[in-house]
Amino acid sequence: MNSLSKRTIIARLLLTLSLVLAFADVTLAQSPAPAAPTETSAAPAAAIPAEIAKKLDDLDKAAKNAQMSGDNAWMLTSAALVLMMTGPGLALFYGGLVRKKNVLGTMMHSFILMATVSVIWAVIGYSLCFAEGSPFIGDFRYVFLKGVGAEPNGDYAGTIPQQTWMIYQLMFAIITPALISGAFAERMKFSAMLLFMTLWSFIVYFPMAHMVWGKGGFFNAVAGGVVPAWDFAGGTVVHITSGVSALVCALYLGKRKGYPNESMRPHSVVLSVIGACLLWVGWFGFNAGSALNAGPLASSAFIVTHFATAAAVLGWMLIEWMVAGKPSVLGAISGAVAGLVAITPASGFVKPMPAMLIGFAAGVVCYLMVSKVKQMFGYDDALDAFGVHGIGGTLGAILTGVFATKEVNDLRMGKPMGLVDGDAGQVVNQLIAVALSWGLAIVGTLVILKICDLVCGVRISSEDETQGLDLSMHGEEGYNLES
Amino acid sequence: MIKLEAIIQPHKLESVKAALLGIGVDGMTVSEVRGHGRQKGHKETYRGMEYNVDLLPKMKLEIVIPNARQEEVIRTLADAAKTGVIGDGKIFVTDIVDAVRIRNDDRGEAAI
Repeated sequence: MNSLSKRTIIARLLLTLSLVLAFADVTLAQSPAPAAPTETSAAPAAAIPAEIAKKLDDLDKAAKNAQMSGDNAWMLTSAALVLMMTGPGLALFYGGLVRKKNVLGTMMHSFILMATVSVIWAVIGYSLCFAEGSPFIGDFRYVFLKGVGAEPNGDYAGTIPQQTWMIYQLMFAIITPALISGAFAERMKFSAMLLFMTLWSFIVYFPMAHMVWGKGGFFNAVAGGVVPAWDFAGGTVVHITSGVSALVCALYLGKRKGYPNESMRPHSVVLSVIGACLLWVGWFGFNAGSALNAGPLASSAFIVTHFATAAAVLGWMLIEWMVAGKPSVLGAISGAVAGLVAITPASGFVKPMPAMLIGFAAGVVCYLMVSKVKQMFGYDDALDAFGVHGIGGTLGAILTGVFATKEVNDLRMGKPMGLVDGDAGQVVNQLIAVALSWGLAIVGTLVILKICDLVCGVRISSEDETQGLDLSMHGEEGYNLES
Repeated sequence: MIKLEAIIQPHKLESVKAALLGIGVDGMTVSEVRGHGRQKGHKETYRGMEYNVDLLPKMKLEIVIPNARQEEVIRTLADAAKTGVIGDGKIFVTDIVDAVRIRNDDRGEAAI
């Protein structure tokens, strides 16, 4: 009895120790490379009988399996949520904002990327992003998903199969180029769009994702980056690159025929409201999923995402009410997207109150951007991909350096994480990452547009533009109310 | 015979239809149209872009009746369609030369 209870105590101690180590292993953000866990905890087991050792070993395996099941369930759910952001979320949000002759063409911009980027990803994209290579791009070790199986990849996410990590990351690679399509809406050739998006994935997204999240990436704050910038879920990788590329596209393609004199009213803000709500829900997968496990950090990211978004809706609505006289529905939902964008890089590092500040600021700044600054300069960022994602993403990335705190995410083992912790240098790191993302996006996108223009011409003909993308590009109409 | 073309507010269609049925006018053609008279539309704002929407949705009723009923029908229709606010619409009256019931070749007032 006595010896049995002693054994039980030892067993429990060892189990607790291995659990603690296993959990410590996974409390990091989207990119960290945790040290190999639990091996050391097995050492004292040599002193106890083989039968007990086996039992302990079994318990250890059972605990690990239980954690993997829990984390994997959340991460597969998150992957599905992020896919839902592109289709139908973004497809509806953008589709409602265009004129009805372009609704199918615009929805297709999002939908076709769900197929195109997926195929590229399986063949080579995943490898270029997440295989260890140079600080700027991965090598070819995972081409054709070779070696991507049930075993976790400890460099990124130690408690989920690498397959789950791979498919989760794919969903980010899909939505990022889809965001750009808001800038060239209603006037880009479908063939040029496909070529553009393919080249953009290779020249802008894959290098950027590798630099920020890949092992040994240039900006990877956790795994040996040169300039350690915080980007929890993709403020630089997703929103700055897509938003800034969007501005370049809008400037390169020129204005839509008739802009700004002809009426270009959104044909259905109703569709956009539904789309924005789906984006809000899907974003929980985007941000809380970026914890890469189902632990407390996921909860923290989930709630700050929600509160920042709520504050952003109010921010946009209030300033619009004051400036323009009426609180529009389109304004409220645009505010939600602006808040979601701005909290993205900060979601794993900040507390709820600063999150609301970030969201509110994003609502106000993005409103002024799309309603005042855009008209001052006169460029035609048709659906405000730059005004919301470029500006919201930049604001969020900088404010992440301000509000990141070790109380939420202690990646530096007790040292300050951001300005509020007393490290002003982090804001500088964020600014460097922002500047380099802007630079890569501008140069990359210009080169790609030039190539597309030479190969097939980027802009549709004047007649096709008048007729609309639906008929001229796809031979269909969105609404056949008489059939 | 005469034809009344009444351009009315869309939300008044049901009361006009009921009033006309009430006095025994049981044939009409209704279409959704857009237009403006003195009303001149309204302003809409989307992310700071202002648009003047000057063609507003209206309903057009076409009714063919015997000359003798002209004043009675116009009175009933106008009363039912009136709100007293700008944008209530108009009634136009034209002469009809003949009418044909396609089913059995009835002609003139027998066909309406």
